[in-house]
Amino acid sequence: MIELRNLSKSFVTADGPVEALRHVNLTVNDGDIYGIIGMSGAGKSTLVRCINMLERPTEGSVLLDGQDLGALSKKEMQQVRRKVTMIFQSFNLLMQRTCLQNVLFPLKLAHAPKAQAEARAKELLATVGLPDKANVYPAQLSGGQQQRVAIARALATEPQVLLCDEATSALDPKTTQSILELIRQINRDTGITVIVITHQMSVVQEICNRVAILEHGTVVEEGDVSQVFSRPKAAATRALVFPEMSGGEGQLSSGYGQLVRLVFEGSITTNKPLIASMAMECGIAANILGASTRTVGKREYGYMLLEIPGGPDELARALKYISTVPNVVAQVEAEYSGKEAAK
Amino acid sequence: MNQFALAFTPEKLQEAWHVFLTEFPMGLWETVYVTVLATFFAIVLGLPLGILLVTGDEKGIRPLPKPLMKVINVIINFLRSVPFLILIVMVIPLTRAIIGTSIGSVASIVPLVVAAFPFVARLVESSLRELDPNIIEMAQSMGSSTMQIIFRVMLPESVPSLVTNFTLAITTILGYTAMSGAMGGGGLGKIAINYGYSRYKYAVLYLAVIVLVILVQVFQSIGTRLAARLDKRIKK
Repeated sequence: MIELRNLSKSFVTADGPVEALRHVNLTVNDGDIYGIIGMSGAGKSTLVRCINMLERPTEGSVLLDGQDLGALSKKEMQQVRRKVTMIFQSFNLLMQRTCLQNVLFPLKLAHAPKAQAEARAKELLATVGLPDKANVYPAQLSGGQQQRVAIARALATEPQVLLCDEATSALDPKTTQSILELIRQINRDTGITVIVITHQMSVVQEICNRVAILEHGTVVEEGDVSQVFSRPKAAATRALVFPEMSGGEGQLSSGYGQLVRLVFEGSITTNKPLIASMAMECGIAANILGASTRTVGKREYGYMLLEIPGGPDELARALKYISTVPNVVAQVEAEYSGKEAAK
Repeated sequence: MNQFALAFTPEKLQEAWHVFLTEFPMGLWETVYVTVLATFFAIVLGLPLGILLVTGDEKGIRPLPKPLMKVINVIINFLRSVPFLILIVMVIPLTRAIIGTSIGSVASIVPLVVAAFPFVARLVESSLRELDPNIIEMAQSMGSSTMQIIFRVMLPESVPSLVTNFTLAITTILGYTAMSGAMGGGGLGKIAINYGYSRYKYAVLYLAVIVLVILVQVFQSIGTRLAARLDKRIKK
């Protein structure tokens, strides 16, 4: 289990201190595939580097099975890093070594017996689907193959935790799929805990069971993937789940009324003509500003942005009506109505 | 100009050819071994210093106290900026202390090493700085110690670049041997100066220059080929 307790990290730059992380609290359970998602500059890379102490947190602590990593000596930390390994966006293979030598690299660092290490390295190359590439140099491999070698290398010391720092961001969609499939398979077979740092929603949808949304160095939302995606509370989450639906609502709306976001969970609800029946039963003709659907895990989610004409009374009636429909969650855009009221 | 033309009469050419056959083999041998030994010792001193410049840097893997780095840099820059001719004279006491004399081919190795090792250190520094910092980070994330990063990552990954830069070093040192030849050293430089400058035997001088040019070409093409051959990033 990995626990981040009140983790903060600030950097001193020429323009003064920059707070990359602010009081982050997270718990990653054993066997989780935990997604940490955010836009670039949200602090994801800093966060993942704090987990293996490549970056020292300015405040707070990282606990691995209850052990405070910040309190470890340099030597002890080197031991821990054999149990918490990492793969990278740019693969970071040793270009002057063969694939086999690359996989052997962490084993040699750990002074593993040679014959044993080589057997293990070959086995790992087979696991990642490259048994015939042992004596090939990385430059002769495709990006996806290089990342497979990097995964084999990261697994060499039988780690408990695999940190993936934008591991698929440099790959095309099809290769991304196959790498994610490989990570999921390894997670299933070995029970390894995986922490996935990404800016791609699709990656989280594909393999994660839990997710944290990071924005400006703080966790704005955290929980099970299905739960977070079906009821995206934070604006940052909505922007990630339905990127085409965020921003620009002001221009779309007539300016008379309140904005309400609806999230439908499961495909049954999409069979009910909610908007039409609301118009007939409540006499509220909602204006649809946008709509979209997403598949997260195995479930379908619908998303709709409505403008409810009229004042607070109409809004209350509409919300009451919507609340009677199962599996639909409504949220009033407070920010938007606030702006309108100020006019 | 007239005198210059007179230096290439058939008799003069014949005389030059005689010098070529009798004195050049020894001169060539002296030049080669002085160059190779001086380069070797320059690398022995310059390589660790170059590594130190990179690892001890503020953003390096093992930062050293800033004032210490400053002192090292100033010393290197000082040695690099003293003209070689003057450096030869400056290190005469050191040469005498090490070799026992300041005259001759072997003695000329000392000033060559003193002049070349700071240069080699800078070359090593630039080779190691070319390395993708992400690779270093990878090694750290796998639990490498500082020494493991240096010997298992930085140096092996920089081999092609280091070979290219050492080739540059050896050809530069070869050029310097001619200068040390004029200041009591041996080799082709001494022959060129003795005959060409002191006795106006330009034909000998030109022959010596041709041999030196060929020598540089040989060193350079060996180095270039070796670097390409060692570089596994090149798709074959």
